[in-house]
Amino acid sequence: MAITTEPVTINLGPQHPSTHGVFRLRVTFDGEEVVDVEPVFGYLHRGTEKLAESRSYVQIVTLTDRLDYTASMSNNLAYVRAVEKLAGIEVPERAMYLRVITAELQRIASHLMATGFLLNDLGAFATPLMYCFRERERILDMFEMLCGARITLSYMRPGGVFQDAPAEFWPALDTFLVETPGYLDDLENLITGNEIVLARTRGVGILGDELAIATSVTGPMLRASGVQWDLRKADPYEVYDRLEFDIPIGVAGDTFDRYLVRILEMRESLKIIEQCVDQIPRGPIKPDLPFNLRPPEGDAYAAVEGPKGELGFYLVSDRGIAPYRCKIRAPSFINLTPLKEMVVGWKVGDLIVIFGSVDVVLGEVDR
Amino acid sequence: MYGIGLLKGLAVTMRNMVSPGRQFTLHQYPDRRVGLLGLAKQANTNLVSYVLREPAMAAKSLIGLATVKDRMPQHPRFRGEEFVWYEERCTGCASCAKYCPLGIIEIVTHPSGDAMQEGEKYAIDVFDIDIGRCMFCGLCVEACPYDAIHMGSGFEESTYVREELVIDVDRLRSAPKRPSTWFRPQLEGKGYQPLDGQEVSWKDVGRHQMPDDSELEDRWAKR
Ligand code: SF4
Ligand code: SF4
Repeated sequence: MAITTEPVTINLGPQHPSTHGVFRLRVTFDGEEVVDVEPVFGYLHRGTEKLAESRSYVQIVTLTDRLDYTASMSNNLAYVRAVEKLAGIEVPERAMYLRVITAELQRIASHLMATGFLLNDLGAFATPLMYCFRERERILDMFEMLCGARITLSYMRPGGVFQDAPAEFWPALDTFLVETPGYLDDLENLITGNEIVLARTRGVGILGDELAIATSVTGPMLRASGVQWDLRKADPYEVYDRLEFDIPIGVAGDTFDRYLVRILEMRESLKIIEQCVDQIPRGPIKPDLPFNLRPPEGDAYAAVEGPKGELGFYLVSDRGIAPYRCKIRAPSFINLTPLKEMVVGWKVGDLIVIFGSVDVVLGEVDR
Repeated sequence: MYGIGLLKGLAVTMRNMVSPGRQFTLHQYPDRRVGLLGLAKQANTNLVSYVLREPAMAAKSLIGLATVKDRMPQHPRFRGEEFVWYEERCTGCASCAKYCPLGIIEIVTHPSGDAMQEGEKYAIDVFDIDIGRCMFCGLCVEACPYDAIHMGSGFEESTYVREELVIDVDRLRSAPKRPSTWFRPQLEGKGYQPLDGQEVSWKDVGRHQMPDDSELEDRWAKR
């Protein structure tokens, strides 16, 4: 007798430990094989773009903290750069360096978290994650010195940063810079050569460079596919044109490359911070601005290379104290576009790993 | 050779387990149980003199009942709850209420008739901060032109009832005056630590040096 089988549709999420938040994947399986996947989002929608229309330009900084809550500094930076472009504000040198240092620290923290959770998804339960969190903790401690908070930082203001670094920040940063390369070696010894990790990630979830470009993927995911595109080099903002660093790229565009590119990027970030510490001048950190800005009529788009990709803010002003429209280009959201192409044909366990390697933060996907 | 990577990984975890400085710092919040040795070390004495000095505590520690407070070190800039508010400095201008992104500060004032030298002072009737909705962004502190309101350093205000989370003016008046140094650079760099327990008087928290009485008289005589 012939056995007839048919595909089954299963909801993965919204409350599922491996979806990194409240995210639903409607997956159709044929046996264990994925034949179709449809992401469903909106469970964390808080209407940030609409809320921004009723907040003054400084108050919106607190909203941007809550988009990608693992990379608040980068969100702050992208937003204040859009405001500065809109209102034509000059930023003092020292503030620019402080912003670059904090944004790069945030990139390391975010990549550590991405790596840790990728390994968690692979089944290496908690050990690599704890290693990553131990170092992330030190970055958060430094952020606490700077701005009194660890996650919702609100450190930057249009025109600069709100407060200079305290005296004890610089020694802490120096120790961090000295010790972290050794720690990254540790992490690589633990993970990169591990046969199980290699077997689970090599050649899994390949994203070709053409598809990556066609679907507007940015960030480490695009670079893992072998495309050398980084806004810090392609369109240098702040002081990145004075700094020397490389853009690591992957070869195959598989899950392993996405992991490796993040590790290499952390090393580059450390290089950037070192140069900034050498170059940072003394001086003011914020021009004298009114609390309620009223930029001239017009619009501006500013983007930064966030840890997850191109993070952009588009602001329209009608001379009011709040923007007329605020549009956020969230990298996590757009990086999910080729998810279907990446996972179709793989097994359930691989689906989780591939999704983990995209590194999404749901606060940003749903906004 | 297959398996080398696994062995390397095991070496890493082993090294992290034994080498000092690489271990996780564990804080047993809010208090940690200590033995006799730990107590003596905390009191900066040796074992014998500690037992002689505090026999009760020593006995407690032997049956495992002695605890010491333990929490993560906290930077003085920490933005915590329990706003520290100085009524003497506050003019009732409500800038803080206006700049709060969530609009959770409610201020009601009336002219007090108690004229300060610079003008009339408003008396505060209501000063409610609903910290149940507060996100501790600190914009109110940034907006205050007279350095009257500051962030606190606490984070242990949880209650069972939502209404109790509204800090009213009486609570603000009686709260310990230990402001966080967030956005108050004048408090920084003098060895001041909000968690040490020393309070700061309203005269010392401003961004300008407070003129003494004779100076003030001088200033007003010249006008
Ligand atoms: S800290 Fe922020 S949310 Fe809280 S009362 Fe002040 S301005 Fe409002
Ligand atoms: S606390 Fe400061 S901003 Fe608020 S009413 Fe008093 S003086 Fe004005």
